[in-house]
Amino acid sequence: MDEIKDVILAYVIDEYASEGDEIHYDTPLISSGLVDSFSMISLKRFLEMKYQISIPDEAATPETFDSVEKIAALVQRFVK
Amino acid sequence: MSYDERVRDLYRQQLEEIRQAGLFKQERFIHSPQAAEIEVEFPAGAARKKVINICANNYLGLSSHPEVVRAAHEGLETRGYGMSSVRFICGTQDIHRELEQVVTDFLGTEDTILFPSCMDANAGVFEAILTKDDVMISDRLVHASIIDGMRLCSAEHDTYKHGDMDHLEKKLQQWKDKRLRVIINDGVYSMDGDAAKLDEIVRLAEAYDALVFVDDSHATGFIGPTGRGTAEKFGVMGKVDIITTTFGKALGGASGGCVSGRKEIVEMCRQRARPYLFSNAMAPVIVAGVLKAFEILKRSTELRDKLEENARYWRAGLTEAGFILKPGDTPIVPVMLFNAKLAQDFSRDLYEEGIYAVGFFFPVVAKGQARIRTQLSAAHEKHHLDRALEAFIKVGKKYDILGKSEEEIVARYGL
Ligand SMILES: Cc1ncc(COP(=O)(O)O)c(C=O)c1O
Repeated sequence: MDEIKDVILAYVIDEYASEGDEIHYDTPLISSGLVDSFSMISLKRFLEMKYQISIPDEAATPETFDSVEKIAALVQRFVK
Repeated sequence: MSYDERVRDLYRQQLEEIRQAGLFKQERFIHSPQAAEIEVEFPAGAARKKVINICANNYLGLSSHPEVVRAAHEGLETRGYGMSSVRFICGTQDIHRELEQVVTDFLGTEDTILFPSCMDANAGVFEAILTKDDVMISDRLVHASIIDGMRLCSAEHDTYKHGDMDHLEKKLQQWKDKRLRVIINDGVYSMDGDAAKLDEIVRLAEAYDALVFVDDSHATGFIGPTGRGTAEKFGVMGKVDIITTTFGKALGGASGGCVSGRKEIVEMCRQRARPYLFSNAMAPVIVAGVLKAFEILKRSTELRDKLEENARYWRAGLTEAGFILKPGDTPIVPVMLFNAKLAQDFSRDLYEEGIYAVGFFFPVVAKGQARIRTQLSAAHEKHHLDRALEAFIKVGKKYDILGKSEEEIVARYGL
């Protein structure tokens, strides 16, 4: 779980953080505007490719994607 | 439901929130034609004031150009006032098709289709040509109308960091299983005044089998040695698959826009693009004016050359005075102030000095990146720019920011 969290955190920082942004496991991503809803789709795709899973669209909501922690929990549900 | 107090309150509250956030927009009434000097009433009811305008998109000074005005008059006389029809029913005159051919020829593309505006062109084009089997990869700073267009389209969407070619390449690799990949950019970004690196973008598109889309609204007519736009500047004319642009800025500034590019794509827009199919044809009087604007541009590069010289002169003057500018070589010159309140105060003081330029701050630009955006025009003479420069220096001294670094300005005024 921690490893998944770190992978996601690294990806989110690399993709979305600008200088001076601090992002932690529980930082709100979508509700804070840091990640827009378009970019959520690329994040979902990244996770699907990385973990060889398929996250149904119904499960990928702005709520379930709102922090690294929540995303990791979501991924966990689909990893076999 | 009736429009009762509860509904009224709902909106009043939202409007109040907009005000509280400092985002309430107010129009300024201009009592003269668009030009280097305009007569402004602001706030509403205040005495009129003659000011130098350095915030219009009137890049080539064609908005009130006598030849354009005369051509519009002639168009009005010979083709009437309005079409009262969408293009494909009974809204296409000979001059609509003529303008499409003129644009095609000017941009060096295969075909062109007119839209009521560039906002409409951007809103319609993606949905007309892409499906869920495709992906749109857009620069993170593209114009709002492109974002709306992408929202209306069922293709997947991803973004790349502004101007970051390595990131774009990574995204192209990630999406290589899609039927079509489209790289989506503004030619010139209106907030920063920087240009998309189209030579590199085209190279990546070729390497990864992608299409290239460019919105050249802030470029057509003046960027590139003969004003053909960003593709000309980067030596890739004919290699951009889809160009959208507006007639509402440099090209007379009235209204209208287009999609220009590969002929099958343009034909798909004619069959499928909803703003083309379901909104009225461009008014003949405007078509006639835009035709004249292109004629003037094809005759000589005098206007774009003057604009380029004005921009160079303006940048040099501000730099020498000690302002911090966003680097670039376009007629959009952002003067960086970093703090939102400082940008607002600065703009207000400039207005007092007879200079009309507006401040931009979050959420229009990133937090801590507040600025006064200045835009040059071929309608500006040296004496306009000298007076504007004098005013900038006077106000700059008042706030003691001349020659100061970003850190010093931020330390004093905050982010
Ligand atoms: C990059 C860009 N695209 C499109 C538009 C919209 O153009 P129009 O006014 O023709 O709808 C604008 C105008 O603000 C713009 O800056």
